[in-house]
Amino acid sequence: MAVPAQVERVPARGSRLVGVRRAFKPIGEARGMARAMLWVGAGITLGFVLIALLAPLIAPYDFDTFRADGERFPQLEAPSRDHLMGTNVQSTDVLSRIIWGTQTELKVVLISLFFSIAIGVPLGLLAGYFGGKLDRVLVLIMDALFVFPFLLLAIVIAFLLSDRVGRGVFTAAIAITVVYVPLYFRVVRNHTISIREEPFVEAARALGAKPFTIIRKYVFFNVVQNVPPLATLNAADAILTLAALGFLGYGIQPTEGAEWGYDIQRAVSDAASGIWWTGLFPGLAIVLLVTGLTLLGEGLNETINPVLRKRPHVKVDLGTHGELS
Amino acid sequence: MHDAVNGPLVAIRGLKTYYPIRGSFLQRLVGREAGYVKAVDDVSLELRKGEVLGLVGESGSGKTTLGRTLLGLVPATEGSIEFDGREITHMSERELRVLRREMQIVFQDPHASLNPAMTIEQSVGHPLQIHGVGSAAERRRRIAETLETVGLAPPEQFMEKYPSDLSGGQKQRAVIARAIILNPVLLVADEPVSMLDMSVRAKILQLMLDLKRELDLTYLYITHDLATAKFFCDRIAILYLGRIVEIGPAEAIYESPRHPYTKALLRAIPEPDPLRTVPRDLPRGEVPDAARPPLGCTFHPRCPQAFEVCGWESRDLRDLLETRWAHQEEERYVAERALLDDLDPLDAAATRASVRAAGGHSGAEVLELLETIRHEDPDEPFWRGVGRMTAADRHVDVEWEEPLAPRPLVDGEVTVECHLYDEDALAEASRRRAATNGTTDR
Amino acid sequence: MSSEPVVSVRDLRVYYGTPRGTVRAVDRVSLDIGESEVLGLVGESGCGKSTLGRGILGLLPESAALDGQVLYGERDLVAMSPRDLRRLRGPDLGLIFQEPMTRLNPLMRIEDHFRETLEQHESGLTDHEIRKRSLETLGRMGIPPTRFRQYPHEFSGGMRQRIMIALALVLRPKLLIADEPTTSLDVIVEAQILRILADLRENFGTALLLITHNLGIVAEACDRVAVMYAGQIAEEGDARAVFSAPAHPYTRELLRSTISLDTTELHSIPGAPPDLVEPPRGCRFHPRCPNAMAVCASQDPIEQPLEDGRRVLCWLYGPAEVIPAGGESPLEREAIAVADEA
Repeated sequence: MAVPAQVERVPARGSRLVGVRRAFKPIGEARGMARAMLWVGAGITLGFVLIALLAPLIAPYDFDTFRADGERFPQLEAPSRDHLMGTNVQSTDVLSRIIWGTQTELKVVLISLFFSIAIGVPLGLLAGYFGGKLDRVLVLIMDALFVFPFLLLAIVIAFLLSDRVGRGVFTAAIAITVVYVPLYFRVVRNHTISIREEPFVEAARALGAKPFTIIRKYVFFNVVQNVPPLATLNAADAILTLAALGFLGYGIQPTEGAEWGYDIQRAVSDAASGIWWTGLFPGLAIVLLVTGLTLLGEGLNETINPVLRKRPHVKVDLGTHGELS
Repeated sequence: MHDAVNGPLVAIRGLKTYYPIRGSFLQRLVGREAGYVKAVDDVSLELRKGEVLGLVGESGSGKTTLGRTLLGLVPATEGSIEFDGREITHMSERELRVLRREMQIVFQDPHASLNPAMTIEQSVGHPLQIHGVGSAAERRRRIAETLETVGLAPPEQFMEKYPSDLSGGQKQRAVIARAIILNPVLLVADEPVSMLDMSVRAKILQLMLDLKRELDLTYLYITHDLATAKFFCDRIAILYLGRIVEIGPAEAIYESPRHPYTKALLRAIPEPDPLRTVPRDLPRGEVPDAARPPLGCTFHPRCPQAFEVCGWESRDLRDLLETRWAHQEEERYVAERALLDDLDPLDAAATRASVRAAGGHSGAEVLELLETIRHEDPDEPFWRGVGRMTAADRHVDVEWEEPLAPRPLVDGEVTVECHLYDEDALAEASRRRAATNGTTDR
Repeated sequence: MSSEPVVSVRDLRVYYGTPRGTVRAVDRVSLDIGESEVLGLVGESGCGKSTLGRGILGLLPESAALDGQVLYGERDLVAMSPRDLRRLRGPDLGLIFQEPMTRLNPLMRIEDHFRETLEQHESGLTDHEIRKRSLETLGRMGIPPTRFRQYPHEFSGGMRQRIMIALALVLRPKLLIADEPTTSLDVIVEAQILRILADLRENFGTALLLITHNLGIVAEACDRVAVMYAGQIAEEGDARAVFSAPAHPYTRELLRSTISLDTTELHSIPGAPPDLVEPPRGCRFHPRCPNAMAVCASQDPIEQPLEDGRRVLCWLYGPAEVIPAGGESPLEREAIAVADEA
């Protein structure tokens, strides 16, 4: 056997990324409803991310500024030129609170997402691949958490933690993390179990690969496709949970930052007096961001999930292939 | 490391691989199983270095499980497997991993054996990485070499491709490349060509033959296709429901098959011969449920040559009745069925049964029906297994001959497990025949 | 065949649109299926035989374009409305698939399957008649009446396939199309099912189009055979004639590369089946054909009738007048690159 003179050098790292890129290739091929959802959702979400990132630049005031140039802002003033969304009962600018609130929401959600995935996915992989007692114990724990009404659970955790760690972004994030870990665990575990039975995994065992190698190289990449749609839908849900916590008074401290749920709670009493701007704008912000994330998530689900994915439909014109040459 | 030993490369003795069946919900709650599927039921064979042994069987034969048990992918329940003189049956996963350098497997489905997320280079090179062979550059060279050997040339063209970019035949070549890259001694090929097109099969088989010569490989070739087995194998073992029913040199098996099952398999293979027509005299029925195998010789319900001691039982009576009714006009079926009560009790694996008459009918009527059936087709092997039928008031007691367990017998170069070749069994059968002829009960 | 064919396929084309281009899955196929005959449609994967079978019944996915004629009696199935076509499927045209669980509802008893089928297509039958017909058809398939009320999962694979066949036949269709009906079954069961299919004409008067990649099945069970390659019919005629003296080089090579009990040497066809988006110019088989001539690479072959009633699509059989000068000299083919091997 002749040894080939020249073997092309391709960096190994590159090929691993290519693998990941291939997994998400279908996004480019999305059509119709799925495509619309993807782009609209991405657009909205990106918009909010930009707002959060550029907050210091675009917010007219700080989230708790109630005076400027020595003068206190009017209280509960309707939307005006100075205060585009009006002010609330504490004389803080609603628009600023919305903008700074975006930062808060996304901060908490990102932290909790990160921890949920970092805990849920590996546990799911291990439980799914090894099965046995480990699996049974983990499933029991996760199912118990899953069954718990999530809001109640978040409240309890926030309550417990606030005693020791204080109420803040971190506490809220942990509370939400605990609620969502079972979700990732379950999805990843189930997919792992089905992949485990595939011939190529058995082939890897036959080659002599160690279990962790198999999980890393053979199972992980095939399972990771599930995570992004799940994460975006998860984020949408997490926003609602955080807002609910804030509404009930278990969210972050008002001194730490602005939070939409908290604002809505304060606005409840305003509504009776016909003051609409303190509640409407935070509410709209929540609805818009959650919708954006959901559209993005559903769009991803439709495109990446091979069961739902529709093949691109190309029309055929028989006329052009009339007579064969 | 294989040193020149006189013994066989692989020696399997009394191997049993049983899978527990998950029982009802309650049983599962308590953690108890409801019986076993005897996937491999007491198999002994030897594989000599450099030979190709074929394991031929249909579904439920246990051929796939046998291959996997040999490689340690499935734990053996009982028995011993020796590889190159070493006992490997109860080795730990860690010890087995070292062994995996020497014995490899090629699977059936080329489309599912390669990780869709790995390139061909990564897949084929993975064994080298796992066992820590050579530096990265050396590994690349070796992968390229192996790809050329299996016909995926020029290698550079294939290294970066993913499985989905390759055709079925090309994928199978990649799978073979992955299996041989560590220079194993033994290669288990589980239906390597069944999922490929006809013209591609020949290419892959040719490749496997060339590799055998070049790399001095020993093959265990698992298949249901007797035609490719005949061409490819030196020796062949025919499996049925977890047991070897016939084993011997390939020519001997094909020239003069002994076991009725082997004969049936050979007759049933579709041949592209213009003068052939569909075979008519095939055994009836299908491979039975491995969880509840027939008594005695497991092939007896389908065997055209079965006789007294082959294991006749209650379930065979039920089959007889059902087959008969399938070919009758409805009125007659309804009339006959009306004589009998519930037939489910006949589903037991027993040599005694009680056929109950339906309400308003007597045991005598049932016996009359059974005798009528016998008279319409006295050559049906079933009746040779029936010892006595005694009518009582509301039922008929049927007794069948006690079965003899089949055992392997040597007939020339071939070992066959069939009572037709067992002098003792034949003698016993005629003895019982004489005894029954003396007594006919009414 | 002295009588009129049951189905007459004329110049059928089935093209699929894909991002890469148009796949010409079935490219100008004409075929007659005679009354009560068994016609085998054989070819390797990707040759278009399944597509042809489904095309006849109008069971193609949305992205397929259909052109040509499929004459059933006086009616053209291609031009028919989907609703009329649906009414024909079942009582006139039946189809059985490879995987027998596809038409069987795991939640319905076998009895219910038959009742539903018969009630849908032949209303006006009494319960007694329904039962009688069902049991009779099932009986012919070897399914005992005692199991009439069982569920599909209680049957083995082979029995489920028989039930599927029975379900298709209980309506006494004129034509049954069987797409790889035995591929997933054991050898002996396969032979049993083939016997049932081969006897369809006696027992039911039904014509059968048997689609398979297995040449042995076709040789044993079929009266006539059509060999397909790259979306076209290479050769078609009496099964005995085709198998004993194949006319088209592809048929010959395919037979040679089939491994049977008589095989002493391995043969294969170099190269791989062509890309159906950009098929080779001229005869589609010419890059792999040991008998290729110069004309084969430039002009499409014209279908030629042979004395024994066969048709073949190959320049080796003329018409000589049409072949240009020098066209009959052997073709200089590029050696097939190893990378193009299947």
